[in-house]
Amino acid sequence: MAGSTLEIKDLHVEIEGLEILKGLNLTLKGGEFHAVMGPNGTGKSTLASAVMGHPKYEVTQGEILLDGENVLEMEVDERAQAGLFLAMQYPSEISGVTNSDFLRSAINSRREEGDEISLMKFIKQMDAKMDTLDIDKNMAQRYLNEGFSGGEKKRNEILQLMNIEPSIAILDEIDSGLDIDALKVVAKGINEMRDDSFGCLIITHYQRLLNYITPDKVHVMMQGRIVKTGGPELAQRLEEEGYDWIKEELGIEDETIGSK
Amino acid sequence: MAVEVSMPYDKQYVTEYSNKHNEPAWMKELRLAALEKSENLPMPKPDKTNIEKWDFTDFSHDVEGTNIDSLENLPPEIQNFLDQEKETENLLIQRNHTAAYSSLSQELQDKGVIFTDIFTALRDHSELVKEYYMTDAVAVDEHRLSALHAALMNSGIFLYVPKNVNIEEPLQAIFWQEDERASLINHILVVAEENSSVTYVENYISNNTEAQTSANIITEVFAKDNAKVSFGAVDNFAAGTTVYSNRRGIAGRDARIEWAIGQMNEGNTAAENITHLVGDNSEGDAKMVVVGRGDQKQNFTTNIRHFGKESDGFILQHGVMKDKSSAIFNGIGKIDHGATKSNAEQESRVLMLSKDARGDANPILLIDEDDVTAGHAASVGRVDPVQLYYMMSRGIPKREAERLIIHGFLAPVVNQLPVEAVKNQLRQVIERKVN
Repeated sequence: MAGSTLEIKDLHVEIEGLEILKGLNLTLKGGEFHAVMGPNGTGKSTLASAVMGHPKYEVTQGEILLDGENVLEMEVDERAQAGLFLAMQYPSEISGVTNSDFLRSAINSRREEGDEISLMKFIKQMDAKMDTLDIDKNMAQRYLNEGFSGGEKKRNEILQLMNIEPSIAILDEIDSGLDIDALKVVAKGINEMRDDSFGCLIITHYQRLLNYITPDKVHVMMQGRIVKTGGPELAQRLEEEGYDWIKEELGIEDETIGSK
Repeated sequence: MAVEVSMPYDKQYVTEYSNKHNEPAWMKELRLAALEKSENLPMPKPDKTNIEKWDFTDFSHDVEGTNIDSLENLPPEIQNFLDQEKETENLLIQRNHTAAYSSLSQELQDKGVIFTDIFTALRDHSELVKEYYMTDAVAVDEHRLSALHAALMNSGIFLYVPKNVNIEEPLQAIFWQEDERASLINHILVVAEENSSVTYVENYISNNTEAQTSANIITEVFAKDNAKVSFGAVDNFAAGTTVYSNRRGIAGRDARIEWAIGQMNEGNTAAENITHLVGDNSEGDAKMVVVGRGDQKQNFTTNIRHFGKESDGFILQHGVMKDKSSAIFNGIGKIDHGATKSNAEQESRVLMLSKDARGDANPILLIDEDDVTAGHAASVGRVDPVQLYYMMSRGIPKREAERLIIHGFLAPVVNQLPVEAVKNQLRQVIERKVN
């Protein structure tokens, strides 16, 4: 199955009246892994939230298309059903709803009424993915993210990703707060997803995740735009030299939002 | 000046009623004394809700119900309370004011466990009942409704667990108000002797959406030293029933009382749940969930009072309010002087589903001792849009996401109920009320 294509064109996004994204362009195709890098405060997470439809972010200009369909006209659940997934930096904690019930509802929301996944099949599938991610089995019956450590939350996001199998996933700083062993486990899960029908946008400000997941393209964000795009070697150079050389090259003094 | 009370039931009626049930003399005297007191006592005054005008005197007091020969003949609405996979061995069904079905396993009978309707208990175990009936837990003269209750009590259960007896299987009671005007003046008396343990769960059900009546329920639970009582309830009276409910527990040394109460009434309700942690190292865990809808007015007070040293109290009140309903949630943790190293925790949260609904969470800590710990959390608000966003981002439609969040919010009580069928029944009631 051929993958989906996510196209972001001239995207402008505001939060509480402040413009964060200022004309961002990016195209991601099925089978590709892209990394979006950049220092803090340059709009990386805003990009992720705007694509998924976070209620606080307002798109004021530009387009987001998934296989030519206008994503901006879709509700959040419709975006997910169309194939988008966001592994969040700060997943919500929801008391009283077990991880397992939540995941099964998510899977069933993609299936017709009467064609729900059988409990046995679901448990088998979830167990296998939990093994891959080295997750304790009792996490299935714990309440969704409630009292989870930072690392457990991240693994849980990837567990959902692997069970839901979207066509396009955005991973928002999935590596933050993970120790090296956890990072390897998470990377293993993401690499298992790699095939022609799956595209992935990896947002990070550390290069170290990219030691385990090799991106096809690397984009650098500053001041709410993508200012440079290259191959995996770009990430390597950023790791060695930092961001200053890009700022110099482009004549940027302050890379954060709100600066000229 | 004495307050005028229009009481349809007089001394002669009460005497005849007591005689009809062959009650012991002490009970008849208690009723008559209470009747007299009821005329002058004030109504209870739950904080922030005025119930002066709520009608607790207009009803049918004595309505018989047909005996139930076989559980298979019960209507589905009552069958729903019973586990279908396994036989419910220990069960009482009160139909209107008749103990219509009663069973207790031979094993428990042999161990000396008593689980019977209150009138049988008064005849067969008069002295035992007398020791606990409105003596140390709820007093007859607390207010008009406690006195009215004592005078006109027309239904109830006595559960007695002897020393060192641990009952694994839950005991279950169903109070089925089949008659639309039948009042339920119900008295539950639970006594767990030293080193014993028991789990009890009860359901109240009525169908009088139009016809007016009332329920006046007093529950007294005694957990003696090192005893454990787990008490579950789903109250589901119809809109025509005005409810006063007072559930009170007294815990001895190393004793534990757990409450899991689903307040699912459709009519006006004033309910209090008070646990006295008398013994050192005793524990009280009081959980309650509510769904308010229509224009019902409700007041809930959950109070844990610490007397014993190192006593531990936890209160949880979660309410979902919709339409034009209103509810007050008072959570009170009180630590008396001398109850050193005690811990009083509470959490009261209200989820508002409509702009016309009203909910008020009042956490109160009253502490007369230095060496203690205490904490409270309270919130009133709508469904969190960020939680909704998170769930919807996995493809779950908004309505379903809200449903999951609401059920999750009420899960602390649902999950603690001991009988699977009662859990499911509460889930269904929540589903029906929320949608």
